[in-house]
Order: sequence, then C-alpha cells, then structure tokens
Amino acid sequence: MTLALKLFLTFAALSPLAFGGGNTILPEMQRQVVSVHHWLSASDFVVLYALAQAAPGPNMLVATLIGWRVAGLGGALAATFGLCLPSSLLTFAIAGLWWRFREASWRRWIQAALVPVTVGLVGAGAAVIAAETARGPLAAVITALVALLTLATRANPLWFLAASALAGVVGRV
Amino acid sequence: MPSPPEPPAPVSSADLFRGFLGIGLSGFGGVMPWARRMVVERRRWLDAAEFNDLLALCQFLPGPNVINLSVALGARFAGGRGALAAFAGLMLAPMAVVIGLGALYTRYGDLAFVQHLFHGLAAGASGLILATAAKIAWPLRRHPVAIAIALLVLFAAAGLRLPLFFVLVAGVGFSLVAARGAR
Repeated sequence: MTLALKLFLTFAALSPLAFGGGNTILPEMQRQVVSVHHWLSASDFVVLYALAQAAPGPNMLVATLIGWRVAGLGGALAATFGLCLPSSLLTFAIAGLWWRFREASWRRWIQAALVPVTVGLVGAGAAVIAAETARGPLAAVITALVALLTLATRANPLWFLAASALAGVVGRV
Repeated sequence: MPSPPEPPAPVSSADLFRGFLGIGLSGFGGVMPWARRMVVERRRWLDAAEFNDLLALCQFLPGPNVINLSVALGARFAGGRGALAAFAGLMLAPMAVVIGLGALYTRYGDLAFVQHLFHGLAAGASGLILATAAKIAWPLRRHPVAIAIALLVLFAAAGLRLPLFFVLVAGVGFSLVAARGAR
C-alpha cells in the first residue's frame, strides 16, 4: 500500500469520530501518527501542530502538514481529503434532514450527552500537546501566559503566537 | 413542522467559492466568527437564526465544524457542485500557506535560531488549546456528573492512550445515561 493511501485511510478513520470538531481527534491523531505508524516524532508532531495554528484557516490543517511532511504534496492532499471526506459526505447527506428533527427531544438528548465527552477529548488534546511542548520552565511559562491571556482578553491569538515565537528565540527555549 | 426557508437570492457555485476563499484567508485561530460575518452580515446568505441552526448541525455532526458548514451551505444553495465549490474555496489558500510554512521549517529547521522560534511557537499553541479546553469546560462547572465524565474521558485518552473509538463509545454511552437522568 502506498504511503499516500495509508495516510488517507488513517485520517479517513478519524473523520467520522470527530464529534465536537477537529480538536477532539487530536489525541488519537497524535497516537496514530507518532505511536502506531511512527511517521513523526512526538516533538515534530507538536511543531507541526503549532505551525498549523499559526496559519490562517480551519484548525485541522495540521493534517495537511503531517501528510506533506510524510509524503509530499500527494500526502498533504491524501491526509486532508481523508480527514474531510467522510464527515463532509455525512453532512451533505444529513443537512436536508436536519430541519425535520431540530425540535426532536432525542436530538437534544444526544447533543447534551456529547458535551462532556467533547470537553474531555479537547482537554486530552491539550494535555498531550502541552506535555510535549513544556520542555523547560520558560516554555511552561509561555504556555501558561498564553492560556491566561487568551481567556482574559479578546485580542487576536496570532499576537500571542508571534510573542511566543519571539520569546522562544530570545529565551532560547 | 417547519420547512427549510427559501434562500433569499440565488447563490452560485462561484459566489460560494469566492465567499469561502475570503473566510479561509482571514481566520486565524478559529474561523467560525469570520464565517458568521461573511454569511450573515456581509453577504446575507442566511439570517442569524438560520445560521445558528446550521451551526448547530455542523457542531452536532463529526468533522471540523467550519468545513461541515461550507459543505452544508454549499449544498443548500447549489447542490453537490456548490458543496465542492465552498469546500475548495475554504481549503485552497490555507493549505498553500501551511505547506509554505512547512517547507520553510524543513529548509531552515536545523538552524538553532529557527528551532527556538518554533519551540516558542509550539509552547504558545499549547496555551491556545488549553484556553480552548477551559472555555468549553466552563459551562459544565455546576454539573458534577458531566465533570466526572469529562475527566474520565481525558484520562482514558491522554493518560491511558486508549483508542478514540472505545473512548467515544464508552464516554457517550455513560453520558447518554447520565443526560437521560438529568432530563
């Protein structure tokens, strides 16, 4: 099986599990890419994740970058379409039905039940990423400061990322 | 039973592509506010209530929310072609930018200065996702059962590194039972 096909299938398997948006599959993506397939080291994974955050657009561009890093342009397309295709087909199929069920009580029930699971998975993604990026006291302080400032202000997060990169250079993180 | 409201004006695949191209290029660290601005305020493709309904669908279904939004909105106005056009518009420019950044990292990643820069950047990105986790956890603060489920899921996924599929099935199962009790 070619590498691009493997990437496509790996990310396509994640897609229908991404309840609550892209961030919920982050821990599993890291597990697959680093521990199962050994495509990247844990430290490369977080750098690619950070790069994807520094770029404009949907936050799941980390898939594009991983695919590109592993297998070039074909890999980038394979990983991106793998991640988007199953969920997009589902959305396409269900969008029309949605209106009929929007007041249904079972829909609200499922929606409420998904919330704590989403919270747990996004928290797990944050834990997996933060454990890897906290290389020393300065890196940990940068992480904590950015988290607090993001919660406390409405400033564009890009400024925080730029300041973090600068602090990394100055402080030799 | 409410039926889907008629679109106010015909929206072509080319309109969808252009609209979502702008969203893809403008959104940093979260695209949804930009999507709302374009769809509701600037182009008036949907009113605020319709947008919220569509957003609820896109959050309900698996997959990145804004990508689901592009597909659902494209499909609504121009069928399969519209869905493709909106999706391509959304993804094209960000993919090019991110690959460009990746190429820079590969080319210059061995320089000590670049290493420090990217490790600083990664530490900052950690802060962003921690803040996201805190924000979505906040509404659960008075629901001890939901907090317990969230912590179990967190531990299973990040601590035990269990496969997502099992974590989802078990977590959603527990959560459905708990939510049923709370109704």
